[in-house]
Amino acid sequence: MAEITYREALRLALHDAMVEDESIFVLGEEVGRYGGAYGVTKGLIDKLGPERLLDTPISEPAIIGAAIGAAMSGMRPVAELMYVDFIGMTMDQLGNQAAKIRYMFGGQIGVPMVLRTQGGTGRSAGAQHSQSLEAFVMHTPGLRLAMPATVGDAYHLLRQSLTKPDPVVFIEHKSLYAMKEDVDLAEEPLPWGKAAVRRRGKDVVIITYSRQVQFVMRAAGALAGQGIEATVIDLRTLNPLDFETVREEVEKVGKAVVVSEAVLTCGVAAELAARISEECFDYLTDPVVRIAGEDCPISVSAELEAGSIPSAELIEETVMRLVA
Amino acid sequence: MAKKAATRKSGASKTPPAKKTLASKTAAGRRPARSNAPALTKEEELYAYREMLLIRRFEEKAGQMYGMGLIGGFCHLYIGQEAVVTGIHMASKEGDASITGYRDHGHMLVAGIDPNGVMAELTGRASGLSKGKGGSMHMFSKEKNFYGGNGIVGAQVSLGTGLAFAYKYRGEDNVSLTYFGDGASNQGQVYESFNMAKLWDLPVVYIIENNKYAMGTSLERASAMTDLSQRGASFDIPGEKVDGMDVRYVHEAAARAIAHARSGKGPYILEMLTYRYRGHSMSDPAKYRSKDEVQTMRSEHDPIEQVKQRILSEKHASEDDLKQIEKEVRAIVTQAADFATNAPEPDISELWTDITIQAGS
Ligand SMILES: Cc1ncc(C[n+]2csc(CCOP(=O)(O)OP(=O)(O)O)c2C)c(N)n1
Ligand SMILES: [Mg+2]
Repeated sequence: MAEITYREALRLALHDAMVEDESIFVLGEEVGRYGGAYGVTKGLIDKLGPERLLDTPISEPAIIGAAIGAAMSGMRPVAELMYVDFIGMTMDQLGNQAAKIRYMFGGQIGVPMVLRTQGGTGRSAGAQHSQSLEAFVMHTPGLRLAMPATVGDAYHLLRQSLTKPDPVVFIEHKSLYAMKEDVDLAEEPLPWGKAAVRRRGKDVVIITYSRQVQFVMRAAGALAGQGIEATVIDLRTLNPLDFETVREEVEKVGKAVVVSEAVLTCGVAAELAARISEECFDYLTDPVVRIAGEDCPISVSAELEAGSIPSAELIEETVMRLVA
Repeated sequence: MAKKAATRKSGASKTPPAKKTLASKTAAGRRPARSNAPALTKEEELYAYREMLLIRRFEEKAGQMYGMGLIGGFCHLYIGQEAVVTGIHMASKEGDASITGYRDHGHMLVAGIDPNGVMAELTGRASGLSKGKGGSMHMFSKEKNFYGGNGIVGAQVSLGTGLAFAYKYRGEDNVSLTYFGDGASNQGQVYESFNMAKLWDLPVVYIIENNKYAMGTSLERASAMTDLSQRGASFDIPGEKVDGMDVRYVHEAAARAIAHARSGKGPYILEMLTYRYRGHSMSDPAKYRSKDEVQTMRSEHDPIEQVKQRILSEKHASEDDLKQIEKEVRAIVTQAADFATNAPEPDISELWTDITIQAGS
């Protein structure tokens, strides 16, 4: 066991995977000498060399496109997008190329690459650097999507992503990088595509992912103090989506809440809520509740920023009302 | 639109026109005078001094306030690059549009926008010019045709091209001053924009603020061809390299480029050779360059020091006069800091305003 940060776990995962697999290389803005805008790749260039950590020009469409081409030819690129907010610039490469190539060419070829990026609020980074855009990715068949919420998952999900035959979009949360946990990385991880039940309770199931896992766990702790026991599911990957675990837990309890930092409308929470309503209808005692980001851009003002996403208090309060 | 155009002082330059004489009367002992250096009038020199000093002191204060935790998020300072925006502004006229990236505080100040509102935007307060929603990277002033700080590197280049298109379409004789960095010059949309701008001969001046680094990546490490003034060559767009640390050269080149664009000849590229003294943003320790390199730029090329020395040697003003200007500038900045520190936080109801126009639309 050792106490490491989310950031260090990611760095370690890249390092360990790159030592094992020579076809892996990292390309992106400031990933080499600078060590990444959030310090994730710091020092890797010294250990693995500049041929494997490529500092690119600021040219996102070409970075992602080149990664796709290299992946088609048998490499395993890790292309870094400094902020998920820039994904729009690369949406053709991602949506029309990476996501379509296996299907369009009848399964003859795949795109085994990882697009590493980070999103979310918490640093007053404003409207163009704070978004949660996972729904864009989840809405596109052909893309895998991983969003680690814990230090252990930062390591294991990235390692697993780097063995997958299809493109994986790997979205970290900017407010989790400094988070520390005691982890034993030698322990067998959950398999890829399996959700984690972080806590079990008889009253309500709360389903979430990424940083909101922290908020939901805090809310669940507070609720327990008031006699309400919640099951908390951390989805870990949104594609594949482990709906089996969700179904199993919701059917036991009959009440479901889905929590996401992304905007409410047409978000991941909306998809989950719809699916629970359709598939677990007979077991539900109440309508599924979504708690998500406000349908607005993110402000730089710390107050407005915090006010635009679910807080532990809002989750606690909402669950109280549902269960009471 | 017609109404707006009519209220403009058409053709009125913001500062007296440049006297195109040789600066031959340089004092001994200062950095070697280049023959044929374009000259500015006394009024222009004093104007440039004050504007650049305002930007410098404002940015220093912003840096301090960031250190004190009063400003959060991103904060990209313009210190070292003051001559670029100042010289360009001096050559522009009322109604010309400008647009840039996130290093945008100087562009606001030189446009004559209230420093209080700029600083309060930095602190994310309700009295900020974007109500505390945009912050450091997203300054904007409709009144002064400043079309924004943009956080997406390179995005302002296509937007700036569109501003020029609108002027041409409406038959107005204004130009779009589109600023971007050396790093941004590797974005694809820059070249898509160049092509359209020349194809349609749009009135746009592309100003590349080449401060030698994009975050921690030097120009040489990111660009196969480092002469950015020639980046328009394949679209037949003229370009020139300019000493962006010397406001005289900036002003002279800007006047030429703007006249070209305004006269209907299409786009023009100015590569401004400049330098940022501080890190990329407040969180950048800037370990990718030597202290010597920064020190050399500061001591030998400082844009403010250059103007100051000329003013003194030409006896445009005395040391005391300049101290007085310094005092006035400091007072403005102190007031802006106080204002921004004490301004109220935005109300939570602001979350849902300004997303789209509400009610009935
Ligand atoms: C599309 C996009 N890619 C990357 C970034 C991150 N980023 C912000 S500033 C910057 C460097 C830009 O350098 P340059 O264009 O030279 O301007 P300077 O900061 O030197 O003024 C980068 C990579 C961004 N904001 N937007
Ligand atoms: Mg630069």
